[in-house]
Amino acid sequence: MTEPNKVLATFQVNGEPHEVAFVPHKTLLEVLREEMTLTGTKHGCELGECGTCTVQVDGIPVLSCLVLAVDAVGKDVQTVEGLACGSDLAPLQDCMADLGAAQCGYCTPGILMAADALLKDNVRPTRDEIKEALAGNLCRCTGYLKIFEAIELAAARMRGEDAQPSKESIYGS
Amino acid sequence: MVLDDPSTRDPSSPEARNDAPWQHDKKKDELEHIGKPIRKVDARSKVSGLTQFADDLTMPRMLHMKLLRSTMAHAEITHLDISKAEALPGVKGILTGKDMPTPFGILPVSQDEHALCPDHVRFVGDPIVAIAATEEEAAWDACRLVDVDYRELRTIGSVQEAAANDEPRLHDYGVRGNIHRLENLEFGDMEDGFKRADHTREDTFWFEGNTHLPMEQHASLAHFDKDGKLTIWSSTQTPHYLHRALARVLHPLPANRIRVIATPNGGGFGGKSDPFNHEICAAKMSMLTGRPVKVALTREEVFWCHRGRHPVLMRSKIGVSKTGRITALDFHSFLDGGAYGSYGTASTFYTGALQTVTYAVENYHFRGARFFTNKAPCGPKRGHGTVQPRFALEVQLDKVACDLGIDPAKLRLDNLAPRESVTANYLRIGSMGLGACIEKVVEGSGWNERRGKKEVTKDGRIRGLGIACSSYLSGAGLPIYWNGMPHSGVQLQLDRSGLCTVFCGSTDIGQGSDSVLGWIVGEVLGINPLDIKVVTSDTDLTPVDLGSYSSRVTVMTGNAAMQAAERARDIVAKGVAKKLEVPAGRLVFAEGRVFDAQEPDTGMTFMEAVGVAEAQVGTIGTVGSYTPPKSAAKFRGGGVGPSPSYSYSATVVEVEVDPETGIYSVPKVWMAHDIGRALNAAVAMGQIEGSIYMGLGEAMMEEMAYRDRSHKGQRVFLHKIPSMLEMPDCVTYVIEDPDKNGPFGAKEVGQGPLLPIMPAVANAVFDAVGVRVDENPISFEKVFAAMQAKHEGKEPRFGPAADETGIPDVNFGESLKIKTPWQGGDGTAWNEPKRTKKAKK
Amino acid sequence: MLRLPTFTYHTPKNAVDAVRIAKEHGKEAMYVAGGTDLYPNMKRRHQTPAQVISLRDVPELHSMEVLADGRLQIGAMVTLTTLEHYPHLKAHYAGFAHAVREISTPLLRNMGTIGGNLLLDTRCSYYDQSHEWRESIDFCMKSKSDAICWVAPGSPRCWAVQSSDSVPVVCAMEAEIELAGVDGLRTIKADELYQDDGIVYLTKKPEELLTKITLPAPGNWKASYLKLRRRDTYDFPVLGVGACLWFAEDGTIEKANIRLGGAGSYAMPASASEKLLVGNKLTDELIAAAGAAAMKPARTMDNTDLDVYWRKKVAPVYVARALKACQ
Repeated sequence: MTEPNKVLATFQVNGEPHEVAFVPHKTLLEVLREEMTLTGTKHGCELGECGTCTVQVDGIPVLSCLVLAVDAVGKDVQTVEGLACGSDLAPLQDCMADLGAAQCGYCTPGILMAADALLKDNVRPTRDEIKEALAGNLCRCTGYLKIFEAIELAAARMRGEDAQPSKESIYGS
Repeated sequence: MVLDDPSTRDPSSPEARNDAPWQHDKKKDELEHIGKPIRKVDARSKVSGLTQFADDLTMPRMLHMKLLRSTMAHAEITHLDISKAEALPGVKGILTGKDMPTPFGILPVSQDEHALCPDHVRFVGDPIVAIAATEEEAAWDACRLVDVDYRELRTIGSVQEAAANDEPRLHDYGVRGNIHRLENLEFGDMEDGFKRADHTREDTFWFEGNTHLPMEQHASLAHFDKDGKLTIWSSTQTPHYLHRALARVLHPLPANRIRVIATPNGGGFGGKSDPFNHEICAAKMSMLTGRPVKVALTREEVFWCHRGRHPVLMRSKIGVSKTGRITALDFHSFLDGGAYGSYGTASTFYTGALQTVTYAVENYHFRGARFFTNKAPCGPKRGHGTVQPRFALEVQLDKVACDLGIDPAKLRLDNLAPRESVTANYLRIGSMGLGACIEKVVEGSGWNERRGKKEVTKDGRIRGLGIACSSYLSGAGLPIYWNGMPHSGVQLQLDRSGLCTVFCGSTDIGQGSDSVLGWIVGEVLGINPLDIKVVTSDTDLTPVDLGSYSSRVTVMTGNAAMQAAERARDIVAKGVAKKLEVPAGRLVFAEGRVFDAQEPDTGMTFMEAVGVAEAQVGTIGTVGSYTPPKSAAKFRGGGVGPSPSYSYSATVVEVEVDPETGIYSVPKVWMAHDIGRALNAAVAMGQIEGSIYMGLGEAMMEEMAYRDRSHKGQRVFLHKIPSMLEMPDCVTYVIEDPDKNGPFGAKEVGQGPLLPIMPAVANAVFDAVGVRVDENPISFEKVFAAMQAKHEGKEPRFGPAADETGIPDVNFGESLKIKTPWQGGDGTAWNEPKRTKKAKK
Repeated sequence: MLRLPTFTYHTPKNAVDAVRIAKEHGKEAMYVAGGTDLYPNMKRRHQTPAQVISLRDVPELHSMEVLADGRLQIGAMVTLTTLEHYPHLKAHYAGFAHAVREISTPLLRNMGTIGGNLLLDTRCSYYDQSHEWRESIDFCMKSKSDAICWVAPGSPRCWAVQSSDSVPVVCAMEAEIELAGVDGLRTIKADELYQDDGIVYLTKKPEELLTKITLPAPGNWKASYLKLRRRDTYDFPVLGVGACLWFAEDGTIEKANIRLGGAGSYAMPASASEKLLVGNKLTDELIAAAGAAAMKPARTMDNTDLDVYWRKKVAPVYVARALKACQ
C-alpha cells in the first residue's frame, strides 16, 4: 500500500503554533498524541463511544478521534495541557483534585475539556445541565458524583464565591 | 502523634511482622492526617493530563505489535503460513506458538495458557500470531496476510453443555471432561439444621457474566536493552505475577534480568490482574528484534482479554427459624469459566466462601463446579466470585422475610453474624459494623414509612424500596502461589533534606494506593503526606507487593508502611532524644516537627531531626512487611475466604417502575459501608460511589452477551455501561468500626459496596410491582415478562426454571465434612485424607 | 488504536464541484459531513472509500433560514447542536427539536450534522462490529455481497435497522429533501428518500448530494417523537416513533402520519393506526386503540440492543405516548 503524501500544516494548540507533517487521513487524536507528543488526550474506543479523547476546537468540545487533523488546521485547539495557567491549576482542576474526582484519571482529561466548555457558556450550571453537557463522557471509576460536585464547586469559585465542598461530599452523611 | 514506648516491642524480631501495633484504637482527634480529605499524591498530575499511562510511552526505534487472533471458537490449527506477512514492507518480527512453548497462568494449578496458541484455539480472540512493524497499520495489515487453516471442533457454550459433553475436551487437565473444578464442603449437620427449620425454601438464580470495561485499553511497552536486560511497562494490576510469568515463559532469561513497571492503570477492576498474552509477546518480540515494542489493545481485544464476572447458575436451599435465623444453607453454584483457568479455582471457592460472614449460618453445605466453555476466559471482577451468590442469598432472604411476614431489614438485623467470632466455615470475623450500616440506611431512606406503599409518580411509575447487605474481604489470607514470604513489603528512606521516600511494589489503579502509603507514613512521622515521595510498582526498585486485587492493598501495604515508618521514627526519636536530652517516649512527631510533649517549644523541624539522627547512626533506611494472620481453616479449600478483616455494607435502593413497559430507573440509593476506619473519607466515598455505579450497571444492563447463532459458536455481542444520566443521587454513610488488623483500624472499601446493589434492585422491583426477577441483570424486558406472567395469573417471576430443570447433572462426590466451631470442630475435615505437607519455599 | 484507512481528501468549495468529484470517482467516493457515522465505519473497515469528499467548505450547506412562506429550510451541514439551540426550532417544531436532542451524545451532536443524521447508515448487531469480529463470522451480506444475513440466515435481503432519530419525525411531518445531482437540483418528500432494504436503504443516486431539508410552515399540525433505548444518551433508537397529526379547527384529525423507526430498514408507516385516527378526535380511547394497532407493523428483528419480543410488545405503548404528545 502506498502512503499518501504528507501535508505540512501549522496547528494552534493551547495558543501555541505547532508545525507538523502528517498524512491526511490522520485524526486530530493521532496527530496530538503521536506527532506533537501531547499525550494528555487519551483514547478509549476511537469510535466516538467513550468521550475520553474530548478536546475543544474553537471552544466547542469534540471527539478528537473523529476529527480529521486537516480539519483542525487554522482553528483554536485546546487540550488538557492548556488548562493550567503556568504552574497554577485551573479552578476546575483544583476542585477535581481536591474531591478525588479523578480516580484512575483516564477519563479525566476528556471530562475536564467538556466541563471547561460548559463553564465558559454557563457560569451557574444546575446538576441537570452538568449531566446533559457531560452525557458523552464515560467514567468507570467515580460514579460521577465527585465529578459533579467538583464542577459545581469550581463554578462557584470561578464566580468569585468563597465556596467549600459540603461536609457530606467529603465525610459522608 | 504521641510515640508509643519503643521498649515494649522489638521491631527486629520476626514476630513483630504480625503483631505490630496497627493503632486501631487511636481516637480520630489524635490523628493529624488520617481521615482528613487530603488530595491524593497523584491528583495533580491526573488533572493535568501528565500521568503517563502505558500507551503514552514511546521510545526511539519503537515497533508496534498486533496479535492475530482466532476467528474460530474451537478448532485445531492445521496449517499456518506467515510468508506473505513476512514480506510486507515494515514488518520486523513475527512470533508464533512454537516460539513460546511454555504454558503460563495466574494460578500454579492452572498453567493452561500459551502466549500464542500452538495448535488448539479455544475461543474467538485466542491469539495465534504476533507481528511487529514500524507502524501499527502495517502490523495490522500483515496480520490479515497470515494464512490459517483450522479443523473446527464442536463448541461448548454453557455449563449445561459442558456438563453433558466430555468431548471434545478443552483442556487435558481438570476433574474430568470439561469440568475444571468441583468443590464440596459441608460444615455442621445439615440434616439436623433443616429438621430444626420452621420454614424451608429452595430457589434457582442466574447471574449473567459481565466485564470490567476499564476506560484504558491494556497496553505494554517492552524493551530488551543493550545490557541484555528486559524492561516492560504495562497496565497491569499485578506486576509481581507478570514478573513471574515472564520469567517462566522467557526462560532461560533469569528473573533478575526482567524488570516489570506497572504504569498507572486507567482502571482495572480486576481486568488487569492476569499476566496476558500481549505482555509476554511484546517482551519476546523485543528480544527477537532488539528494539522497543509497544502493543496497545483495541477495545475489542479488551473484551477478549475479559477475565470478568463468571456467569453462574445457583441453587440455594435455606432453612430458617420463625425469626429468620438460618439453621441450614445448602448452596450450589455452577460457573461458566470460559476458555481458560485464570483465577477460576479461587472464583469457584469464592462463590461459597462469604455467605456465612454477614448473617450467622448454623450449618452450611457448599457445592461448586466450574466448567470450561469456548468463550473469553472469566476471572476476577470487583467482588470476585462473591457477587453472584450474594445476589442469590439477599434475594432469597427477601423472599424468606416475605414468607414469614417479617420486615426484611429487621430479619437481617436480628441475624447478624457476631463480631469477634469464627463462622461455620472457619472465617475469623473481627470488627463488624453491619448493624450500624443497616440502621443508617433504614433511617435515611425512610424505610419504615415508605416501603410497601407503592407510591405513584406523576407520570404513572410505581416506587419501590429494596434492601440488601454484604461483606467483603480486606485481602486474601493466602498468596496465589504457596510461599512463606510477606504479602507486602515497604522500604523507607529518610534523607537529611527532610525527604522521606516510600518504596512499595503496590500498583495504583485509581483507588489511591500510592496515597495510602503517603497518608500512613505521613501520620506516623508527622509530616505532610504531599511532601513524601512515593515510588511504587517497579520490580527493580520496590519490594514485592502481590498486587492490587482482593482489596488487599490498604490493609497489607498499609501495615507494612506503618511498620517501616515506626521503625524510622524510632531511629529518629533516639537521635533527637539524645540531642535534646528528653526521653524518646516523650517526643511527638507532628506538624513537620519533632518536639517534647511537655515542652512543645523544645524541638526541631523534621528535617533537622533526620539530620541529627543521620549524624548519629548513619544513612537511614527501614523496611516493613506484612503477612496476614494464620487462618482458622485447616481443611483443603479453606485457603479461599480467610482475610485479616471483613468490610460490611448495607444499601437501600429506590426504583421507579413503568408498569406498562417494565422500564425502571433508580433515582436514589442509600449506602452505608463499614470501612473500619476511613484513612481518607473523601477518597473512600469515591470508592463507595464508584461501587454503587458499577453495581447499578450490573443490575440494570451490563452483560457479556453472547449468541450462539452459528456453527462457529460464541462471540461477544455488546456490553452497555451506564452513563452519568443513569447515576442516581446517593446518600453515603461512612461507618467506622475499627479492626485491630487494619492500619489505624482500616478495612477495605473498593469492592464491598458493589455487592448489595444488584439484589437491592431486585428486591426494590418486587416492592414496587410485586414480581421477582431471579436473574441478573434485572433488565427492563425481564421485569416486563414477570409482570406479564403475573397479569396472566402465572408465577410472578422471571428467572431460570425454579425446579431442577436446567441444573447440570454433576456428581460432586463425597463432601469434605468439617465440624463447626460450636460443634467442637478444630477447622479440619474429619474425613479428609492426610495431606502430604508441601515444603515452604 | 483503531485508525482510518488511507484516502484522498477533497474539500470542494461548492455543491456542483462536490457532485462532480463524486460522479468522477463513482463507487470509490463518499461524502463526509460531520464524520461521526462515516469515520467509525471506516475505522471498522465497513467502508474504505479511496476518495472522501468533505462538505465543510460548501457555504450553501451551512445556512438555515425561515422562508417567506413560513417553511424552515436547513442546510445539510448545520450541526445538531446548532439546531438544538435554534430558538425558532424549539418554538415551532418541538417534536423535531426533541428528536434532535435525543441523538447520541452532546459531543457527537457538536460534530454531527442534520444531513448526516438523515442519511445515517442502517445498523445491525451482526454488522456494527470490528473487522476482526466480522471476520470471525465470514462477514454478512451488508459487508460482503456473497455472504448471508445472520439475523435471518434464509433471507435474500439485509435486515439492518433504520436508526436515525430525525428520520421518523421528518417523514411523518412530510418534510422535503433537496438533492443536488449532475443534472441540477430536485426536491422529494422525505418518505421518498428511503426504502425497505438494509443495504440500499436510500433511493438517491450515490453522487447525489443532500443539500437541504425543508420543514413545513407551522400550522394546524403537531409532531412528536418518542424514543426507546436503554440509556438516555449514546444509544440509537431500538424504536423511534415519529408522529404528526393535522387537526381541523374543532380538533378532528384530518391527517395522521406515524412512522416507526428502529423497527425495520426504513421508517415504516403504522398505517392501521393512522386510519383509526383520521376523522376522529384524539381521545384517550382512540390513542390506546391506535397504539394497539401499531403492534403488527413493528417488524422487530433480533439485531439491535434489547429483547426483540419486548420491543414489539411495547411498541403500542410508545405509539400511544407519542400520540398523546401531539395533543
